[in-house]
Amino acid sequence: MVSLAGTVLALFAASLMVGNTFYGPGEVLRVFLGRPTAGAAFTVGELRLPRAALGLLAGACFGVAGATFQSLLRNPLASPDIIGISSGASAAAVVGIVVLSLDETAVSVLALGGALLTALVLHLLAGRGGFAGARLILVGIGLAAMLRSMVAYVLSQAAAWEMQSAMRWLAGSLNGATWLRVAPLAVASTVFLAALPAAGRTLGALRLGDDAAASLGVGVARSRLGLMLAAVVLLAFATAAAGPVAFVAFMAGPIAARLVGPGASLLPAAGLVGATLVLAADLAGQLAFAHRYPVGVVTGVLGAPYLVVLLIRSNRAGGSL
Amino acid sequence: MSAEHRLVAEDLTLAYGDEPVVNGVDLAVAAGRITAIVGANGCGKSTLLRALARLLAPRHGTVTLDGRSLLDRPSKEVARILGLLPQSPIAPEGIAVADLVGRGRHPHQRPFAPWSRRDDEAVAAALAATGTTDLADRAVDRLSGGQRQRVWLAMALAQQTDVLLLDEPTTFLDVAHQIDVLDLLTDLNHQRGTTIVMVLHELNLAARYADELVVMRDGRVHAIGAPRDVITVEVVRDVFGLDSDVIIDPVSGTPLVIPQGRHHVRPTV
Repeated sequence: MVSLAGTVLALFAASLMVGNTFYGPGEVLRVFLGRPTAGAAFTVGELRLPRAALGLLAGACFGVAGATFQSLLRNPLASPDIIGISSGASAAAVVGIVVLSLDETAVSVLALGGALLTALVLHLLAGRGGFAGARLILVGIGLAAMLRSMVAYVLSQAAAWEMQSAMRWLAGSLNGATWLRVAPLAVASTVFLAALPAAGRTLGALRLGDDAAASLGVGVARSRLGLMLAAVVLLAFATAAAGPVAFVAFMAGPIAARLVGPGASLLPAAGLVGATLVLAADLAGQLAFAHRYPVGVVTGVLGAPYLVVLLIRSNRAGGSL
Repeated sequence: MSAEHRLVAEDLTLAYGDEPVVNGVDLAVAAGRITAIVGANGCGKSTLLRALARLLAPRHGTVTLDGRSLLDRPSKEVARILGLLPQSPIAPEGIAVADLVGRGRHPHQRPFAPWSRRDDEAVAAALAATGTTDLADRAVDRLSGGQRQRVWLAMALAQQTDVLLLDEPTTFLDVAHQIDVLDLLTDLNHQRGTTIVMVLHELNLAARYADELVVMRDGRVHAIGAPRDVITVEVVRDVFGLDSDVIIDPVSGTPLVIPQGRHHVRPTV
């Protein structure tokens, strides 16, 4: 856990230092202390810091939200980017960009609404089982497919320049991060960070099965709904700020479980893994190739093979998170 | 010795959907004793236990704990008095024994308070009482069935409740491990005065280990009392539709049911 936090910190620092111009730790520190050198003030303070903060927060939110879903539904496939909630945000954002020609802030708000609305529809469609079981996952995958075809339809009607900005949004990117975009996400994630230990314990009890959880004094239906709602809100805010960065919510939980075990510390670990994935992928996308790629392209390339491996494995063993 | 709590069901009717599964049951659980609920498949014995454990809301009637309805009391408060070992709890993949047992401490923890020394002590005591201390770091899904059941029992013990409800705690265990678990529960009852209520399939083990037998038939209590008073040829016939002999168990002195099937019956002279 400590080494995970260290990794995140190192990546965060690297994101501040590395870029077109390299700034040493001393110069970066001076920006924080309010006595920056000339070039660093703008590049680090106004460009790289919001970008790194967005990567850190969005990654952590994706990780925590994904792990919460996967734990509650006891299935690694039940991540919100697989069961349509991210697709809901995408569909709303694309409509906002292409049909309504909204500005960036309005698109973010619309994406937030799209994610929340999709979660609500999913809840209603999954019926009396509520937020539980394989039924929800199947309904969610169907819903995701519908929403994606809606995205494709809207894109096919788009003019070239709208198309480009819509595609950029869909890929998930930290480009053009501003404090205005980071602030709502920062507020949302701080509120939920405080609730993380309690949420982790409740989640730990719920994973023993509904009967066992109830006998441990957990109000099962209420807790499940509360945790789901919190996860949806976190995911929606992160998606609204950074776009649907592919597969981070999906990969962070299982990786964290492998690193720290399925104990009570799963949620914080998943958050750290999520932040690691986004920051590392963004650095790689910026520096590793001749061309610059948005972060979502890099995580997508990592995530797709992982999804295939997981499907093969879970088919064989019926595995869980 | 633990405090005595009164767990009482009054005129209890329970249903899944429209069909009542339990019908007008009155039952006062004997405090500080071992009660076994027995009966044929589908007679409502597990359903009754679920209602006693607050997992199922009554369609009619009430379950009260110390005079107050279970459903009116906060769930964590109930969980500090009343523990349940469900029939098929789920062990998260890869979870360590000590971690699982530690989850029994949930009702004693407040949302923002850290893990305390009392929690550590409770877990250590539960591991020791169930003989699983050596397994503490092992993964639960790598254990044998008997070991696993001991670990679940340890989780229920770490909850430190005065009343412990168990839904078929010996299912899927071989005979040696069945005896092992029932001996463990008896130790708990003798040493701490824990009130134990369990659903058991195995009639003869129920008759041996229970102080009080509740025999159910078609959602009602058919007979209730000490095993020697309750287990008779007539009751076994009424409840299970089975002809039998009832003799005295040469080991324990409790009633022993010898079932008669259609085959392998020695011709009487």
